[in-house]
Amino acid sequence: MAVPFSYSFHNLWKRRMTTVLTVSGMALVVFVFAAVLMMAAGLQKTLTETGSPNNVVVVRKAATSEVMSSIERKSASIVEMLPQVAAGPQGQPMMAKESVVLIALKKKGEEQSSSHSNVVVRGIAAESLPLRPQVKLIAGRMLRMGSSEVIVGNSIAKGFRGVGLQQTLSWGMRTWTVVGIFDAGNTGFSTEIWGDADQVMQAFRRPVYSSLIFRLQTPDAFDAAKIAIENDPRLTLEARRETKYYRDQSEIMAKFLRILGTSLTIIFSIGAIIGAMITMYSAVANRTAEIGTLRALGFRRRNILLAFLTESLLLGFIGGSIGLFFASFMQFITISTVNFQTFSELAFKFTLTPGIIVQSMLFALFMGLIGGVLPALRASRLKIVDALRSA
Amino acid sequence: MMLLKILFRNAFHNKLRSSLTILGIAVAILAFGLLRTVISSFYAGVESASTSRLVTRNAISIIFPLPISYTEKIRQVEGVKMVSYGNWFGGIYISEKNFFPNFCVEPNTYFALYPEFVLDEKQKKAFLADRKGAVAGQKLAAKYGWKIGDTITLKGTIYPGNWDFVLRAIYTGRDTTVDQTQFFFHWTYLNEAIKKRAPGFADQVGFYMIGVNRPDVAADTAVMVDKMFKNSLAETLTETEKAFNLGFIAMSEAIVTAIQMVSFIVIFIIMAVVANTMAMTTRERTGDYAIMKTLGFGAKDITILIFGEALVITLAGGLIGIILTFPAARAFGQELATYFPVFLVSAETIYMDVAAAFIIAFLAAIIPTRHAIRIRIADGLRRIG
Repeated sequence: MAVPFSYSFHNLWKRRMTTVLTVSGMALVVFVFAAVLMMAAGLQKTLTETGSPNNVVVVRKAATSEVMSSIERKSASIVEMLPQVAAGPQGQPMMAKESVVLIALKKKGEEQSSSHSNVVVRGIAAESLPLRPQVKLIAGRMLRMGSSEVIVGNSIAKGFRGVGLQQTLSWGMRTWTVVGIFDAGNTGFSTEIWGDADQVMQAFRRPVYSSLIFRLQTPDAFDAAKIAIENDPRLTLEARRETKYYRDQSEIMAKFLRILGTSLTIIFSIGAIIGAMITMYSAVANRTAEIGTLRALGFRRRNILLAFLTESLLLGFIGGSIGLFFASFMQFITISTVNFQTFSELAFKFTLTPGIIVQSMLFALFMGLIGGVLPALRASRLKIVDALRSA
Repeated sequence: MMLLKILFRNAFHNKLRSSLTILGIAVAILAFGLLRTVISSFYAGVESASTSRLVTRNAISIIFPLPISYTEKIRQVEGVKMVSYGNWFGGIYISEKNFFPNFCVEPNTYFALYPEFVLDEKQKKAFLADRKGAVAGQKLAAKYGWKIGDTITLKGTIYPGNWDFVLRAIYTGRDTTVDQTQFFFHWTYLNEAIKKRAPGFADQVGFYMIGVNRPDVAADTAVMVDKMFKNSLAETLTETEKAFNLGFIAMSEAIVTAIQMVSFIVIFIIMAVVANTMAMTTRERTGDYAIMKTLGFGAKDITILIFGEALVITLAGGLIGIILTFPAARAFGQELATYFPVFLVSAETIYMDVAAAFIIAFLAAIIPTRHAIRIRIADGLRRIG
């Protein structure tokens, strides 16, 4: 016969103080564990959603980011004529020749202490918007091609100074007016400023494009396009699917988060497991006589083992639930930082996925289990007579 | 003496629990120490920056170059002792994973501006005489097994193609805080190649390093330099090396803040564990306290006993944690050498470790102490048995 579940539950309630302390320790561990996973998931989501599998990014060979790349007008025209490039509604090639530079902008905050960060200025073509359906204007209007007007991503508008509607920016000996703010959802574009490619190139005296983005005629035409571009002796370019391009860009950052996250979680969980162990050992020690009585009543060793394991698993479960509850509020937080690889600002949200919930819960139960196994074994091994005598 | 004996006896009354708690504290202090070291490594470049050096870059952002013709103009500014310049090369050695900073610089002035890079005279001469020559930090050379005279090929990301260099010198640091993972070569080597390939991009530099005569007027010198190029095609932004390096860290501010927060969370977690232990200990010993009260000991004595016991446990754990921090930091530093060229446990970190141990002990002891003081003698005695 099994020891009733309520027995384990009441025991935890009886020693509230200890239970609260152990559970809060575990909850914090689960919180950190979940937060790190959410951060990595958010970063990944941002960068995979930035790209579309049907789009191809072409940059100069060996350039690791658009900023480093340079593509001459002549080369751009050759790529534009490839048969794999989809045709738009007017029959024009669905390709955007873009120019990308970085500018230093001041973050919002106090005048003295606020810091600069590198923000991407993307010179766009008319086809840039249709190629990126995620980008929607939320305030103001679209920029007029051929003028010194720019539109800014919502993360930029929120986090930086002087980029509100109708405010002006000055670079390249020109004044640029912000005429619109766009929402690019969870993508990297929300940390960019967009202007007309020809104007941007002119202002920065960089007479070359940075990247070419085109839509594939059919999704499986990628290999043919890649071969055509990379084997053309006139071109020194390389082509990648847009999704892969953005994934590659987050690699170092993701690795950094991963190393940090795993080492933290391992160290933290040791602390929490020790906490659970202390609690459970004392639970056993305090209840020696009780255990003896239970045994005398006819409960078997494995019933006792199970009862104490249930108790520690319950500790883990409560800790895990509380940790996850608070972690879910992290979803409202957006992190904005510089991606080491592209050297430009990137904003991403903490993202809670079902997978993370399951992982965190399993992790919490695992901590409870490991913390409870040894004490539970000790409880189940007590001899009836010794246990009763200790009363 | 008697008191100390009692404290130790009490602390190790329940050996299993005390050793588990001490282990927990040791792990927490270790984690705290490592995290603080990660943060201080972020700032290593700032700490080592000299106050007598200014950095001038393009005002738009660091990726835009400045014309080489600014050299002479900057040299004429009052207070400027020496001007050097260079470019971030961004080359990759074999694969992207092997990241290390590589610059092309004007070698004569650059190494004069950086006395902390110690070069052997003979090697330095050989480097200066060879346009394809390169200088690598000692740690970098050791990592890839480079020896003087080896040919090193970097794949250019900004400047396409494969670039061959001959290692002519290896620099060491004046002290351990100097970054010894950098790689330098002649600016002229790069510039000559660009002249051939893309003449429009030649004769440009990424940054100027300015050595000033008097560090206390460095700010004025910076303003004068920037004023000179105001309203030109390439406006400049001049700041002290420290501010320049701080600017880089500020960009990854979010990560530094996150690590900082986490380092405090670990202290909270362990505080819960220690408070738990103390709560149990005092609960078990309620009878003892009641007897002490009967004998005439006051609240003060009981407070000293409980706080003392908590201190014995946390300090023991803290000590173990601090001792373990050093080998752990060494192992960690090797693993993360690409991210943090200098990874050293600072004295400040150790102070913070000790402070953390004290804070944990005090906060963990407060509630149990209050409980032990408040309990009435009769109630306390009744709980025996």
